Amino acid sequence: MNYIDYYKILGINKKATENEIKKAYRKMARKYHPDLNPNDKEAEQKFKEINEANEVLSNPENRKKYDQYGKDWKHAEEFEKAKQQQQYYGGRGQRTGGQFSEDEFSDFFSSMFGGGFERSGSRNVKFRGQDYNAELQLELEDVYRTHKRTLTVNGKNIRLTIPAGVRNGQVIKIKGYGGEGINGGPKGDLHIKFTILNHSRFKRDKDNLYTTVDLDLYKALLGGEVIIETFDGKVKLNVKPETKNLTKVKLKGKGFPIYKKEGKFGDLYITYRIKIPTKLTTKEKELIKELAKLR
Amino acid sequence: MELKNLIPIIHLCEHYSVETSFFDELHEAGLIKIATLEQTTYLHQDNISNVEKMIRIHQELNINTEGIDAVFNLLQKIDVLQNELNKLHNRLRLYESDF
Repeated sequence: MNYIDYYKILGINKKATENEIKKAYRKMARKYHPDLNPNDKEAEQKFKEINEANEVLSNPENRKKYDQYGKDWKHAEEFEKAKQQQQYYGGRGQRTGGQFSEDEFSDFFSSMFGGGFERSGSRNVKFRGQDYNAELQLELEDVYRTHKRTLTVNGKNIRLTIPAGVRNGQVIKIKGYGGEGINGGPKGDLHIKFTILNHSRFKRDKDNLYTTVDLDLYKALLGGEVIIETFDGKVKLNVKPETKNLTKVKLKGKGFPIYKKEGKFGDLYITYRIKIPTKLTTKEKELIKELAKLR
Repeated sequence: MELKNLIPIIHLCEHYSVETSFFDELHEAGLIKIATLEQTTYLHQDNISNVEKMIRIHQELNINTEGIDAVFNLLQKIDVLQNELNKLHNRLRLYESDF
C-alpha cells in the first residue's frame, strides 16, 4: 500500500483553498471523466484517482486527517489510533450506476477513511444493474464455425455461443449478464468485444477470404490441378493452360461464414503466384533455349 | 406502449436527486423522449443508461443541457469514427504481410 499524494493528483499545493480544490477537480474531471473517454482505461484510472483525491480534500475533516496522518501513515501506532477514532465515512458517494463502483477506491483510501460509501436515495425504486465490458481474443479459425465457449467474467462462468462470422472489433451484447440490479431491478448486460487474431494463410475482408497459391511454371503453362487447404477442408482447383502470374480466381461461397446467416458464405479469392524454376540443369537450359527459338 | 417498461420520472428524480425540470430540459433539447400517461410522465427503461450518463455529466462536471447535447453529439461522432477505424484496421491487415 503506497502513500498517495492527493494534492499532486489534483495539481494543487497544500495550501489550496476549498475553491481552488473544487476548480482543480472540475478541470481534471472534465478531462478524464469516463463518460467523455469511452473505452479508455487509462482515463478511467486517472478519473478514479482524482475522484478519490477530491473525496478527501474537499471534505475539511478528511483533509485535516489526511494532512495530519497521510504523509506519515507508516507511523502505525499513531495511525491506528486515528483509525480507531474515525467515524464510518458516509461522504458524498452519489455515483449512481456509473462506470465503476465505490469499492474501487485505493487500499490507501480505505485504510484511512474506511469503505463505507453508501448510494444516496436508493429507496425502493428498481433499477437495472451496471453493464460490464469484456474482451475476447479468438483465432480466425475459431470463428469459422459457431461454437460454445465458457468465459469467466467477474468470477462467474458464462457458457456462451459464439456465432460463426464474428468480426474483429465487433461487440456483442449478452443480456442479463452484467451487474446485479438495484432493489431487485433487472441485471445489466455484458458487452463482449471480439479481437480476431489471424495466423492462418488467409486474409479476411468482411466475409471474403483471400489467399495466394504458388503455381509451378509448367502447370501454369500447360494447365493442371492444385489442391488447397481451406477452413472447410481440401479444395481441388483446375488451373487453365497459359495462366498468367497474379491471376485471380474467385471461388463463390468458399469464403467466410456470414454472421448470423446460417449456411451463407462470402467468397474465396485465390491469386496464383508462378514460381520460376531455379538451379536449372544443362539439359533444361538447352530445352528452354529450344523453346525460345520457337518464339 | 407497455407501462411495465416505463419508469415514472418522479422516481428517477428521487433516485438521482435531480429536479423534474432537468428531465423537461433534456426532453426539450431532444435528448430523451418522455411519455405521458394519465398525467404521469415516464421514461422508457431503455433510455436509463443514457440518462444516467447525462446526469453524471451534469452533476459531476457541471455541464448544462446544451453542453450535454454537444457532448453526446461528439460522443456519437467518436463512436462512428471508432467503428470506421476498426473497419480500416481490418482492411489494413489484408496488406500487412507478403500478400
